[in-house]
Amino acid sequence: MTLVLDQRRPASRALALARKVNVAVIVFLVLYLAIGLLQPTYFEPAGLMNFLRRAAPLAILSAGQLFVLASGGFDLSVGSLITLTVIGGSMLTANDPSRTWWAIAALYGVGLAVGLINGAVVAFLKTPSIIATLGTLLSVNGAAMMWSGGAPRGYLPDNFRMFGRLVLHDVPIVKIFPIAIAVLAVCGALAYWGFHGAVFGRRILAVGDNPRAAELSGVRVRSVRIGVFVISALAAVTAGIMLGGFGGVSVDVGLGLELQSIAACVVGGVQLMGGRGSVTGAIAGALTLFALFTLLTLLGLPQPLKETAQGLILIAAVALGAWRRRRAV
Amino acid sequence: MSATHLQSSPFTVRRGSLAPVLLLAGSVVLYVGAALWTGETKMLDAEGVVGLLQRMVALGVVALGQTFVILAGSIDLSVANMISVAAVLASYIMQGRPDMVPPAVAAVLAISALVGLVNGALIARLQVNSLIATLGVGLILQGLLSASFTNFAGSVPPEFQLVAYSAFGGVPYSVAGLFALAALCAWLLRATRFGAHLYAVGGNAEGARLAGIRTDLILIGAHVICAVSAGLTGLYLASRLRSGAPWVGRDGVYDLESIAVVVIGGTLLAGGRGGVAGTLAGVLLFATLDAVFNMLGVSAYPQLVLRGAIVVLAVAAYTFRAKGHVA
Repeated sequence: MTLVLDQRRPASRALALARKVNVAVIVFLVLYLAIGLLQPTYFEPAGLMNFLRRAAPLAILSAGQLFVLASGGFDLSVGSLITLTVIGGSMLTANDPSRTWWAIAALYGVGLAVGLINGAVVAFLKTPSIIATLGTLLSVNGAAMMWSGGAPRGYLPDNFRMFGRLVLHDVPIVKIFPIAIAVLAVCGALAYWGFHGAVFGRRILAVGDNPRAAELSGVRVRSVRIGVFVISALAAVTAGIMLGGFGGVSVDVGLGLELQSIAACVVGGVQLMGGRGSVTGAIAGALTLFALFTLLTLLGLPQPLKETAQGLILIAAVALGAWRRRRAV
Repeated sequence: MSATHLQSSPFTVRRGSLAPVLLLAGSVVLYVGAALWTGETKMLDAEGVVGLLQRMVALGVVALGQTFVILAGSIDLSVANMISVAAVLASYIMQGRPDMVPPAVAAVLAISALVGLVNGALIARLQVNSLIATLGVGLILQGLLSASFTNFAGSVPPEFQLVAYSAFGGVPYSVAGLFALAALCAWLLRATRFGAHLYAVGGNAEGARLAGIRTDLILIGAHVICAVSAGLTGLYLASRLRSGAPWVGRDGVYDLESIAVVVIGGTLLAGGRGGVAGTLAGVLLFATLDAVFNMLGVSAYPQLVLRGAIVVLAVAAYTFRAKGHVA
């Protein structure tokens, strides 16, 4: 491949390189440029760091959703799991900072259980994941409301909120460095290793592409299915812990995030019903979506129109993918 | 397959499909059992039973539409948002004036048909995955609606409230309307060329196309029917609530519940098999569960938890024997 490329003119070599870059990365850069032109503070290091901090939970959630989407499923329960994480965090800590670590461990336990249930229902009861996780969405939401008595209030302890809120100052070059970006980097690296480095990632793509063929070549399809739902649920708990640091405790923290994470993946070139996707794409898609929301807010559009824009993007991205695939055949 | 459909009467239960009968029997046992156990025997008289049937109307109408879409191998996740749009639009146009009822109803039907057309065209023409297409359209509708209205908008004149609150000889108009609509749907599916083609498209879209069926038109037709049924549910809710608010559809979880009752009624999620009787029986089961929860005094949040579990288990009861892989 490189041999062939080397014989071409430099211009076409650059073009070939550009083709390898995920489209979402380019769209994100264009959108961010537009944001910066409207609000120059976004061009300063602190502005960029703050943008990344606020986009981090969605990026982590999308990286988790990628695993499920690539295996051919959907995880619609992540939004309600985020709500449960934030509400559960406030109930478990009860404003006592010394309970934070224990509470976080318990919340990951809850996430693990939800992921195992989702995976087991899909793998063993053969219920389509869209129905199974919609059912989990209802149940988990109900559980969160039951736990808090329907009207949660207040804030989480400061050391719990650290992951979303703490910002280190006087850092060289970038000036400020939010912890959230470090969490995103760690999660992104883990996801990259799991999806592109480990054999597990190959198996996910094989299952998503053709489960029967994967099974015949020795992949344990059920374990893979359960694994991807557990990963997605753990990503949701992580995103929930970070979002808990952003604002107060409320019943609608996670509202709509399941769709945003799917939309982010679709924008990042992940193929629905499985078989294709990348961590870079999922995270770039999340940043693109978040940049778009920021841009719409800067332009003064009413908040609900975010949903409309998201719907349009979702349809456009999938329609474009379908068109390109039709043309390729 | 289509030949047997054309020959059988529209109201016969498909042979080999016991789902509707079992669901009906189960609902009756559950309802009567709960009424006797809690001592609320007044739930068993005519008024109590009519009340139970009235619980079926909102979900029933939209589920009938969802049946067409699922039979065609597609799905519609935009119904909850469509219901909200219809309810708000109806009460906003009416503004409490009786003379504005016909234009409001016409506007709702026209817009819902247009939404169905867009859904169908996205799926059949642009080949967008049906989940994503209808999810996207739902988001677009909800965004536009919530940006324009933040609370109850307008009101419905008393004449229009009769739709939900009036009865003839003990039978509410709304209940009679639901069953009339169900009969119409059964006739469409079992006795018309469109119905036969719909089953063919859902069973094997490529095969149907090769047999000369315009699969795109059938899909679009199914989506128009579904969106219009969501519009009708919105009109009913506006009449019952006396006004429409942008959250009525989402609060009712009509997207998930309409899909759940169709699948529980024995219609294959992959399309091609099932029918109206099963959907009605599924709706009855959900109405019964609602009534039973209320009789037993289960509060709202535990109800939500149980509902989620019941939806999954009820669908799993059909799917767990499947041999192939499901994602």
